Formats: sequence, C-alpha cells, structure tokens
Amino acid sequence: MTKYRINKTRFVDQTKTVSFTFDGKKYHGFEGDTLASALLSNGIHLIGRSFKYHRPRGIMSCGSEEPNAICQINDNTDLTEPNVRATEIELYEGLKASSQNCWPSLNFDIGGINNLISPFIPAGFYYKTFMWPKSFWKKIYEPLIRLSAGLGKSPTQPDPDIYDHKHEHCHVLVIGGGISGIISAKIAAKNNLKTILIEDKNILGGSTIYQNNKNFIIDNQKSNEWLMNEISELEKLDNLIIKTRTSLAAFHSYNYLLAKENISDHLPLDKKNGSIRQRLWKIRADKVIVAAGAIERPLIFNNNDRPGIILANSVKKYLDFYGVSTGLNNIIFTNNDSAYETAVSLFEKGISVKIVDIRKKSSSNIVKNAEDQGIKIYWNSTVVNTFGYKKIKSIEIMNLSEDGSNVTGNKHKIQCDCLSISGGWTPMVHMHTQSGGKLDFRELDQVFVPTEKSENHINVGSCNGDLELEEIVKNTNNKVKKFLNINEGGFDKISVLCSKESEKKNIWLLPNTISESKTKSFIDFQNDSTAKDIKLALREGFKSIEHVKRYTTTGMATDQGKLSNMHALGIIADTAGVKMGTLGTTTFRPPFTPLTFGAIVGRSVGKFFDIVRKTSIHEWHVQNNAKFENVGQWKRPWYYPINNENFHEAVQRESKAARDSAGILDASTLGKIDIQGSDASEFLNRVYTNAWSKLGIGKCRYGLMLNEDGMVYDDGVTTRLGENHYLMTTTTGGAANVLSKLEDYLQTEWPELDVYLTSVTDHYSTASICGPNSKKILKKLFPNKDFSDEAFPHMSYQDAMIDKIECRIMRISFTGELSYEINVESKYGKSLWENCIAAGVEYKITPYGTETMHLLRAEKGFIIVGQDTDGTMTPIDLQMDWIVSKKKYDFIGKRSLYRSDTMREDRKQLVGLLTDDPNEILEEGAQIVSELDKKPVEMIGHVTSSYFSPNLNKSIALAVVKGGKKMKGQKLFVPMENKNINVTVSDFIFLDKENKRINA
Amino acid sequence: MFVINCPYCGERDQSEFSCGGEAHIVRPKQPTELSDDEWAEYLFMRKNIKGVQFERWNHAHGCRKWFNMVRDTSNDKIHAVYKMGEKPPVI
Ligand SMILES: [Zn+2]
Repeated sequence: MTKYRINKTRFVDQTKTVSFTFDGKKYHGFEGDTLASALLSNGIHLIGRSFKYHRPRGIMSCGSEEPNAICQINDNTDLTEPNVRATEIELYEGLKASSQNCWPSLNFDIGGINNLISPFIPAGFYYKTFMWPKSFWKKIYEPLIRLSAGLGKSPTQPDPDIYDHKHEHCHVLVIGGGISGIISAKIAAKNNLKTILIEDKNILGGSTIYQNNKNFIIDNQKSNEWLMNEISELEKLDNLIIKTRTSLAAFHSYNYLLAKENISDHLPLDKKNGSIRQRLWKIRADKVIVAAGAIERPLIFNNNDRPGIILANSVKKYLDFYGVSTGLNNIIFTNNDSAYETAVSLFEKGISVKIVDIRKKSSSNIVKNAEDQGIKIYWNSTVVNTFGYKKIKSIEIMNLSEDGSNVTGNKHKIQCDCLSISGGWTPMVHMHTQSGGKLDFRELDQVFVPTEKSENHINVGSCNGDLELEEIVKNTNNKVKKFLNINEGGFDKISVLCSKESEKKNIWLLPNTISESKTKSFIDFQNDSTAKDIKLALREGFKSIEHVKRYTTTGMATDQGKLSNMHALGIIADTAGVKMGTLGTTTFRPPFTPLTFGAIVGRSVGKFFDIVRKTSIHEWHVQNNAKFENVGQWKRPWYYPINNENFHEAVQRESKAARDSAGILDASTLGKIDIQGSDASEFLNRVYTNAWSKLGIGKCRYGLMLNEDGMVYDDGVTTRLGENHYLMTTTTGGAANVLSKLEDYLQTEWPELDVYLTSVTDHYSTASICGPNSKKILKKLFPNKDFSDEAFPHMSYQDAMIDKIECRIMRISFTGELSYEINVESKYGKSLWENCIAAGVEYKITPYGTETMHLLRAEKGFIIVGQDTDGTMTPIDLQMDWIVSKKKYDFIGKRSLYRSDTMREDRKQLVGLLTDDPNEILEEGAQIVSELDKKPVEMIGHVTSSYFSPNLNKSIALAVVKGGKKMKGQKLFVPMENKNINVTVSDFIFLDKENKRINA
Repeated sequence: MFVINCPYCGERDQSEFSCGGEAHIVRPKQPTELSDDEWAEYLFMRKNIKGVQFERWNHAHGCRKWFNMVRDTSNDKIHAVYKMGEKPPVI
C-alpha cells in the first residue's frame, strides 16, 4: 500500500494491481479505482493548468462536476480523447493519461505568466483584447497565449471504435441509482411495472453506500449496510433492468430520453476486442422518476483553487469508498453539517483533522459527535487566504463580523496538506428543467427546487431538495406510491434515525481584509472566472444572468457550471441588492455531461452515412470506366474517360459525338410520378404554368412548376398515356419534394379532385439516345416501328416491344438533337442499355454523362432548375414568358407573377454571355459588373452555367444579370482574382435557334 | 420529441412527421381579384403564436396523410388532432 492508501474497502480490490501512466510516468492503482483515486493514492494532486491564468489545479471532486482534473487519454492518433474527467475514468491496465493545457510541461508552464499579468485579463478579456495597442499583443502576448491555450488535442485519424443506438420502452424509468432511486425502482418493479434504473457509476448506491456512521441508521442498521441489502434484493427482481455506467444525456418532452452507456471504456485496450464502445439509448417511458442527487457546493474565498482543495464529501468518498486519504493533515472548511461526516470519518482512521465553520454553532448529533471526539472547531470563522503553489501548504483564517459581511480580529495561520470545503448542496435540477419543468427558490438553504407540475415525471431525493436521510427515504416512498398509484410501497414502516441540521448560514462570497480587485476568488474553476469578474460585469452594465454568464464565460466550460452557476447567481443578487429567486437561472441544456460524437452518430458512419441509389444500369457504367457524381442520393455517370483522357477531353469528345452521330445517357434517375384519375388534366392545369386540357393522348409536353410565390420550383416533361393517365417527370433532385408538394395541394386545397399520385421513379429505367443517327438506331431496335416524323413526331410517345419487353418510347429532347427516351421496367434496364449499345455500334454510339448533358443543353439554352435558378427566378426572369398561360384563370404561383416586386424590370434575368476571348471559360458563380471604376463595385449578376462548346468551338455561359433582357450586345466584366474578363451579353440560345436538328 | 396521434395510424414518434406550418389558411379561390396586400397576407403572413396554435402536420414517413393538430407552443402539449376538412375543436 502507498502512503495515502490507508483504508481497505469492499469497492476496491487491493489484491488486483493495475498499472497506468500519467504524463509518461508509470504508477499503480487497483481494480475499482478511478484515474483520480489512483492518482491521489500516489500523492498526485496537480493534474493540469487552468484555462486563462494557467494556475496549477488539482482534483476537486469525485464526479461529473469535476472542473479541474481534465485529461487527455491515450496518445495515439485515432483513439486519443481530450477533456476526459479523471474522476469518471475507471482505471484499467495500460491506461495512458496526460495533463492538458500545459506548455511546455505540467510543472513548468510558461502560460503561468498569464497569472502574473492577470490584472490585464479581466472579464471580457477576449472581447477587449483588440482594443489594446496592436504591437503589444501581436508580438508579445498573443503568440504565447495561442501556444498555451486550448483544451486538449483532437484525434487526427478516423475513430476506429463502434458506437451503437438502441430504442427502449418501459413503464418506469428511474434516473440515478442512489438511495432514493433504489427505493423508487424497487417499488415500481415490485408492482409489475417494467422498470429501468440507470446509474452513471459502475455500482449502485450513491453516497449512502459509503455512509458508515452511527448517526445514520435505517431499520437498526447503518445506512450503508441497509442499502447493501436492498441492492442485493433489487438485483433479484425480474422486471427491472439495471443499467450501470449509463448516464442520462437528455430529457426531452413526452418522456423521451437519451442515455449513454459506456460498454467497453473501462476495459484494457486488448480486452475491448472490437466490442461496441458506447451505446446511446433512446428511451420512451410512461413515467420518469428523477433521482439525480445533489452536488456539493464549493466556498468562494481568496485563492480557493489550489491543488489539495477538495469538496468535503469527495474527500470522504476517496477515503471510505476508494480507501485513499487526500491528505494526512486535513482542515475542513464548511457552512453546514454534512462536512462533519468527513471529519468524523478522517478522525476515526487516525488522520489529523480540524474544522473551520462560518456558523456560530451547530447543535446536531454529528457535530456533537465531532466535538466529543476532540476535533478542533473554529466557529464563526472564514478562510481569507491559502498558500502553496503546486499543493496547498497552509491557510489563514479570521473571525467573521456579527452579520458575516466582514472579517474581524487577527489572522490565524494553520498548516495543512488538504483543505476540504463544503458550501452546502445544490439539487441536480437539470433533468427536471430539460423536460420543461420550472423551479422555485427555497430561501432557507438557498436552493432551487423543482416545482412539480408534470403528470409524467417526478423528482425524488436530494434532487428534489430533500437533503436529510429521513426525508429522502420517507418522502421518496410516499411520492412514488402516489405517482404510480400504488397502495403498498414496501417502505411504509421503515424507521430512520439521522443527524439533522438546524443551523443554516450561507455567504456566497466570503469577506476578506484585502480589496476584491486583489483577490482571486474563483467561481468557475475551468474557465477561470472570479468573483471580481462577475462584479466587473455588473459595473459595466450587464444585468441579465445570461449576459453576465457570456461576458465572464462563467458556466460555459465543459462542466457547464455545475459548481459555479449558483455562486454566480448569488453574487449577482447580493451585489445588485435583489432577491436571488427573482433572477431566475441560466438555461440547463442537454447533454448533462459531454457526449462523444461517436455516440451521437452511432452506426451512421462511412457507407451507412446516407443511402446510395444506383440505377439498374450502374454495373455497366462501372465496367465502362464511368466517373460518378452524386445527384441527391443517386450515383450518376459524370463522364466516361477513354485511355488517359482528362475530364475536359472526355466531355469535349462526348459532346461532339452526341451532335455528330449518336450519344446515349442513363436518364433513369429523373423523378417519375404516375398521375391517374378523372381530374388528372385539371390537376396539371393547376400545378403547371401552361395549359394541359388539350394535350392529346400519346403526346408529351414540357411543364414549368412554380411555388405559390411565383418562383420556378421544378420542370420536366409530362406524357399523356391515356384519357385519365399521365406520367410526369421531375428533376432528379426534386422528385421527392415535388411529390410531397403535389400531395399537399391534393389533400388540403383540392380534396374535391379525383387524382391519385404514385412515385414510380424506381420502377422504370430510361435510356436516352440522341443525335442525327438516333433514328437509325431506333429502327434497328424496333424494326417493325414507323419512325417517320408523320407517324412518330417530336413530343409524342408510343409503346413498343423488344423481344418480350414492353417499352415506352418518348420522342423528346433535352439536348436539341433528334432524341428518343426508351423506358422499360427497371429489371430490364441493363438489358435495354446493352441492346442500345449493340445497335449503335455502327454509328459509334457514345455513352455520355451528366456533364455532357449539361453542356449540350446549355448550347441550346435550356435551363437546369437549381443551377440557373435559385428560388428567386420567375419564368419571366428566365425569358420563358411563352410557357405562362395567359388564358388560365389560376395556377400555383400565378398571382405572384403580378406582384409589384416580381414585375420589376431590374430583376435579375437570364442571359447568354460570350467571352471576348473565345477560349476563356468563365467560372460558374463568378460575379458580373458593368462599371469597374465605380466604388463600391456594384455586382449586377453572376454566371450560372459555363462551358467550352466543342460544337461551336467557343466558350459559352448562362448568367443572371439585373435588367439583362435589355442588355443584348452590351459589354460587361467578370472580375477575377488576377484579371478582368471582358464579356458581351448575347442570346442564351447559342445553337440551332430554328430547331432544325430536332427534326433532322 | 413528441408522440403524435396520427388520425389514420395512431401514436407514432415525432420523427415520422413533418410540420407544415399554420393551419386553416385557405388558398383564395380567386387570387386574381386580390390586391397585392391581400395576396401577401395569404402568402407571407403567419401568426407564430406562443401558446395554443393550430398547425398542419404530415405523416411523412407513414401514411403520408396531412392532418391538423392543436399544440401549445409554450409547452408542446398537444390538445387535439383532427382530419383535414374537419371543424377545428374549441380549445
Ligand atoms: Zn399516419
């Protein structure tokens, strides 16, 4: 045993040694230790440096509220994890931990210079920094601060661990495995309710499990013995699931809760064996019982942050749970009775202890007990200073004035190696408020307690403000019975004897002889904000707690102010002279403790991140060397390089081939909606800008769909398959939204219409063949079909067969070439495609991808919704007036086309742009200006599509320009980083304005 | 996360639904008769109440039906759900 491991307990197995390293040095602890208890057993208190002043800091608590003992775990590039609380890491063989926020080392930290210049870095330091003379900061302090700031290092490699999500439902969820949680779970489970009990530690029992004191007796046993028996009975219950190492992350409305279970974090690296690391439970519970406990408060006095200053109940836990003494010469500084349990426990183990109490007396049993044992108590006293740089060495105390607002008499110095502090208890109301619950302020002991309103959750035990053992046991039993409608709780006749506190006193900021501006009374230990900072913020005019919090950064560190928020509020109330209950609290937001990103995303990583949609022809594209691009969730062939062609060369070749002979495109991804019903034509009239009633059966028509605000939403060709039957196509990316929008109108605005919509996007595969030789290829595929312009004109459709496969052939064109789209059931897609390729061999049919498709349509001046439009373009802006019916009384968006704003002539309008140098290709997104010398430069538009056209042998671009319709022939400029490109506004149809090629 | 009682399917998690904003805003039957201001009132203006609000919801990952819901936006309590076309309940 080490010098500080002075006690044997049932919770730490001292026969099982575990070795670990801290800052590269090897140490030993035991199975059952946390990293914090193992470090303390080796006499190590100094763990890190504070964030702003780089002051030495040590372990301060034993739980999730720990602000100081923040470590980096592991030292490799993929598993290393920053900002881990040493108090929450279970020790395992080979654990590597190191301190953070120290440069160059923990023991010599150059950032400590901030401590010396601290008068210059008060509250709002980060906001005020740049008001200082530039040279001062830039050359001297900023480089140092940058080097030494920051919290830990992120891993640089992908996380190799597996994370999991799981849904769970139950009648009763109990949060917290302390005494009140155990009583609650037992009552629920014994009454045939499916119950889940979650506890963030590895064993149940909370702080009662190590409460080994004759002043706390339940049913004639010491409270810890009694609870031990209860736990072993609990474990036998069938309909109770106990989840240890599981912490509640969030409590959402309707009793939907997230809890994170650590599955293999506590195992040595070689024993994790690829098991799941953490699991996020998504729990929906009928009833929730919150038994989250309370957190001990620190006391706020000058230099209250030295290593060796530890919360009193944590000192007791290290001693009675882990068997570790945090010091051999202890002083306890308290304002309440609970710290006396620590004193008695230390005394009984033969460790020197003295008590400084701000109260004048206390008449409770536990205090009498301490006095009887001869423990020295300094009543009506406060600590005014502490000494010792890397570890506390001594304190100075003084008497308090009658009203406690000042100190009197002489300073008295006492040596010590550990100072236990206790400022009372703060009920953990986070869960209650996260779920929407409200709080009341209880003046007596200055705590916020839950106001019970919800029918579906209650708070029991100390998180409900019940801080005495007897209250906890009896009130929990009664409340849970009522909440669950149960007559017999099983704890109705229980007898509880406990020491009760009758004298209460609280001073948020303890008085001192020296002025506040010269003290360092820390409130938020992790973010280094002090009482002085809070007061400065108030002097500078900040009044709301939310503003003070942000200005001083109090409560904004990774511990979310678990130890600091109450004191910040208290000091604001005292300084401003208002009642604390009227200030409210800051908002408690999930997660309660930090969650790993891994736990949040679960299995949705890598190939499971999003759905990948592939057409039935996908394999052919892969085999033919296609490069793919993502269009929504679809993988679409982008281009098909041959030999060593680059992107540009491949696209130029494909584009030329499609116009010179024949090209083929996989168009299967276009959205397809089957529309049926006796009102189908009327429906199309209402959703498209043009008229549909007169479209003959077997004919196709291009349609433009607007939003109700008049802006272009989607476009596509719709074919009339029968009297009451249409097939609508949409853009690839817009398919799902278009269907939703149409369903919305049908169900909510026009329920009288007899129309049925079905998404058939995945049901059909489409091969689109274009080019002057396309008709010849179609003839080879369908020898019995008449493809003459008379029999099968442009914008019409016919059924046909290849062997026994039914095909729908649409003669429509998105390229401006003679073009046919052949649709078959998806399962025949690849076969159709291969047939087309075979039939086209003699015409050198060239497969082309989305880039060539975009280039060809741009030559022809066809827009792509979402590329040339951005939700602010009307059809008029796009110079597509021809498609807007003047005769139709109404369609979606019609009225908006006549709003004063949409009728403005200086709106951005679609134009073509030609560069003066035909080889200069504009960048898509580039800004357009008309006057280079005007300051500020006015941007009048931007380039939306830009390509080098192999068929025109020059650069072409589409753009939207303010008032562009009237600018044809005008010279404009596209300023780039190193030059200005001269352009001329042109027609946006660059090729075959006469539509000769479509009927070639 | 709410539990929403779809009038067609029963109780489901909120993640299956999408909200379509304020309910009972009827698309004008004769938009061309409206002034710019009247049309803008229909098109843009929404109450966004803190308190009891009538909303449109769609069971997007379920039956895909639209329905109406009365929700208190201050505490997310759902007072009623009812089908499109049904009279709103008095809350
Ligand atoms: Zn439904």
